[in-house]
Amino acid sequence: MAENTVQTTGHVWDEDLAELNNPLPNWWIYGLYVTVIFAIVYWIYYPSWPIGKDHLRGIGTVTYLNAEGQAETNGWNTRAKLLKEMQDANAAQKPYFDKIAAMSVAQVTQDPELNSFVLSAGKAMFAENCAACHQAGGQGKVGFYPNLADDDWKYGGSIDEIQATLTGGRRGYMPAFGEALEKPQIAAISQYVLSLSGHAVDKTLAAEGDKLFHSDTGACFYCHGDNAKGRKEFGAPNLTDKIWQWANVPAAADMKAKTAEVQKVITAGLNKGVMPAWEQRLNPGQIKLLSIYVHELGGGK
Amino acid sequence: MTDRPIQYYAKHAAVVPRAIHGPFRRFKSALLWLSFAVYFLLPWLPWSRDDGIPQAVVFDIPGRRYMLFDLVIYPQDVFWLALFLFIAAVLLFFVTALVGRAFCGYFCFQTLWTDAFIWVEHWLQGERPHRLKLSRAPWTNGEKLLKVGATHLVWWLIAFWTALTFALYFGYAPELLREFFTGTAVMAAYITVAVLSVTTYLSAATLREHVCLYICPYGRFQSAMYDPETLTVHYDRARGEGAAGRIAAKQGLRAANDRRALGHGDCIDCKLCVQVCPTGIDIRDGMQLGCIACGLCIDACNTIMAKMHLAPGLVRYDAESNLQRAQPLPPRVDWRRLKVIGYGVALILMTAYLFYSITHRQTFEHSTQQIRQPLFVVLSDGRIRNLYQIRLTNLSGHAQRYQITVRGVPPASLDLGNFSVVEVRNGKSVIVQASVTLSPEMALLQPELWFDIRNPAGEVSSDPARFFTQH
Repeated sequence: MAENTVQTTGHVWDEDLAELNNPLPNWWIYGLYVTVIFAIVYWIYYPSWPIGKDHLRGIGTVTYLNAEGQAETNGWNTRAKLLKEMQDANAAQKPYFDKIAAMSVAQVTQDPELNSFVLSAGKAMFAENCAACHQAGGQGKVGFYPNLADDDWKYGGSIDEIQATLTGGRRGYMPAFGEALEKPQIAAISQYVLSLSGHAVDKTLAAEGDKLFHSDTGACFYCHGDNAKGRKEFGAPNLTDKIWQWANVPAAADMKAKTAEVQKVITAGLNKGVMPAWEQRLNPGQIKLLSIYVHELGGGK
Repeated sequence: MTDRPIQYYAKHAAVVPRAIHGPFRRFKSALLWLSFAVYFLLPWLPWSRDDGIPQAVVFDIPGRRYMLFDLVIYPQDVFWLALFLFIAAVLLFFVTALVGRAFCGYFCFQTLWTDAFIWVEHWLQGERPHRLKLSRAPWTNGEKLLKVGATHLVWWLIAFWTALTFALYFGYAPELLREFFTGTAVMAAYITVAVLSVTTYLSAATLREHVCLYICPYGRFQSAMYDPETLTVHYDRARGEGAAGRIAAKQGLRAANDRRALGHGDCIDCKLCVQVCPTGIDIRDGMQLGCIACGLCIDACNTIMAKMHLAPGLVRYDAESNLQRAQPLPPRVDWRRLKVIGYGVALILMTAYLFYSITHRQTFEHSTQQIRQPLFVVLSDGRIRNLYQIRLTNLSGHAQRYQITVRGVPPASLDLGNFSVVEVRNGKSVIVQASVTLSPEMALLQPELWFDIRNPAGEVSSDPARFFTQH
C-alpha cells in the first residue's frame, strides 16, 4: 500500500503539525484560468476600469429609439439600457392599448380583462402624472385641487367630458366681486349660498342674497345657473350640494366661519385653478385609458 | 516526505471499470432502465385538457402554469414547490440514515448517465484490458479511430437527446421538436440544448467520478448524516485480513483451511473490487468520500468468493457498530433510532399536508382590498361611499362565471359597475371595483360587511371588509 501514502506539503508547524497534499485534478486550476480570461473579456466588453477622470468605455453597445423614432446606438450604459427596456415594455403593452383605442368606452368597461388592465395601467399612470396634484387616490385637496373620486364635476363627469378636460386642460376663473359689490351685498349672497346646501341661515339676509344672486347686479346666475346647480360650460360648480372645493365650509367650525369662507371666495375671486393640457405629454390612447380610470374612481357619471 | 517535487495539481488517471454480474448490478440496471424510460418517454405522453397544452407533463412558462397530468400548478402555488423540496431533502436524510448513500450509487443522474456511457464504451470497445489498450494507442490506429471515435459519437448523440428531451418538457413535444429541427424554435430552446448537451457529455464522458470527488457536496457531508447503525458498503476487515493480513491465493493458499491455519484472512488481494469501482477507490481502505455505495464491489467480491468456495459477504452492506463486534451479527436495517423515527414522522406529516393542500385547493383565488386613498368619499348628497378592489383568479381549468353579492349592508348600496356577474377565462386574474354607499347615519354605525363570491358549482367564498366614515 506504499503507493497510497499521501505526501505532505513539506511544511511543519509546532514540531509535528504537517499538511497532507491530495493533488486536485488539473481541470480545477485550468477552470480558474478560464474565469480569469472570462473576466478580461468582460472588462473589454462592458465599461470597466477608471482612468483618471474617465474610464474604459467597453466595446459593447445598446440600441434604442431616440425621440425622433430612429434607432440610435450608444456605447453600453445603463441609461440607454433603461430606455430600451422601457421601449420594450411599452411594446408589450401596445396590444392592450390598441384594443382600447379600437373599442368604445362602453365596450371596454364591459370586458373584465380589459377593464382590469385599465385599472392596473391607470393606477401607474395616475400615480406618475396626476397624483402630484390630485393625491394618490384622486381625493384632491380643499383649496387646491378637486376631488376626482366624488360625484361632483365642474366640467362634466362623463368619460368624454373627462377626456376633454385631460386633453385640453381647464382654466378656472371667478371674478373678484369685491370690486363690484359692497360688503353687505356679499354678506347677503353668502347667506343665500349657504342656505342652498341646507345650512341654518339668517332668513332676511338670505332672501336679500337670493334677489342679488338672480339680479344683474350680482349676476351670479350667469355662470352658476338659475337653480345654482352650476354650468359645465363655465366650470361653475353646483352650489347646492355638500361638496366644496375652494371655500372650506365643511371644516369651518361655526356659521360665522363658514360665512367668512364663502365671503372670501366671492370677494377675492378665483384665478388659481389650472388643469394642465395633457395632449402634449400623453398620447390619445393613454388619455382615453386615464379617462376611463378616473371615471371608475367611483364618481363618474 | 519530499522525495518528489510537490504538485498541488496533477493529471488524474482515467478510471476504466470492469463489468461485473450480480444482484446489485441487476438492481442498478433495472433502476437505470426505469429512470431513462420515464425521463425520455414522459414528454411524449399526451393528455386531453379543456385549456392548455395537450401533454401530460409540461412546464408552460409563457402560460405561467405547470401541468402534471390532471393537476395544474399556478404561480400562486409556489408554496407547494417549497414544501416538495423540503420533503425531498428530509427524504434524502431519512434514506441516508438507514442505508447510506443509496441516492449516490443507484439513482443520482450523474451515476445513471455515467453508467450508461460506460456501458456504451464497453459495448463498442470491449472489456477493461482492451479499453486500456485502445486508450494508450495513437489516433493513427485504425481500430482506435473506428471504435473510440464511434464511442464519442454515440456519447454526443445521447447527450444531445438528453438535452433535447429536457427542452421538450417545456413545450408541446411534437411541435417543439419540429420547430427545433426547422430552425423556428425560440432562442432559449437552442441555448438550453447546446449548454445541456455539452455539460451532459462532459459530466458523463470526461469528468465522471470527479463530480463525486470534487464537485458534489453530498459526499462531503455524508459523515454528518451517518450513524454507527447506518447500513453502507463495508469491507469486513477482521474477516478479510485475519491476524497475518491478506494474501494472494498462490500455491498452498487456495483452500480456506490452509489460509486460516496460517492466520490469513479471506481476502486474496485479487483487486477485482478496485477494478469494478466506477470511482476507482479501494473499499478495503474503509468508508471514504469516494465510495458512492453502488454495490458493484459486493458483486465482484461475491463472484470471487464463490469461485474460492468461501462464504459471500466479505464486502457487504453492514453497519459500523455491527462490524466492531467480536462476532458480527447478520446485517439488518436498524430503524429504531430517534433520528430515523423523527425524519419518518416529519415525512409522513409533511406529505400528508401537501396531499391535503393539493386536493383541497379551491378552484378560484380571491382577495378583497379596501381602497385606502381615500378611505371614504362624501358624495354631493352627503352619503358616504367606500371603494373596494376584489381580485379574482380562475384556477378551475375552464372559463367560469362568478357572481358577487354583499352581506351586512343593504344590497342596493352595492355598485359593481358591469361586473356583478363577471366571466373570467381560465388562469386569468381580473380586478372588480366594488363601491358601497351608505347614508351618513348608517355609515356612522361602521358596519362589518362580507363580499360573497359564488361560482356556478356552488362554491362560495366570503371576504370580510370594513366601512369607514368621517367623524
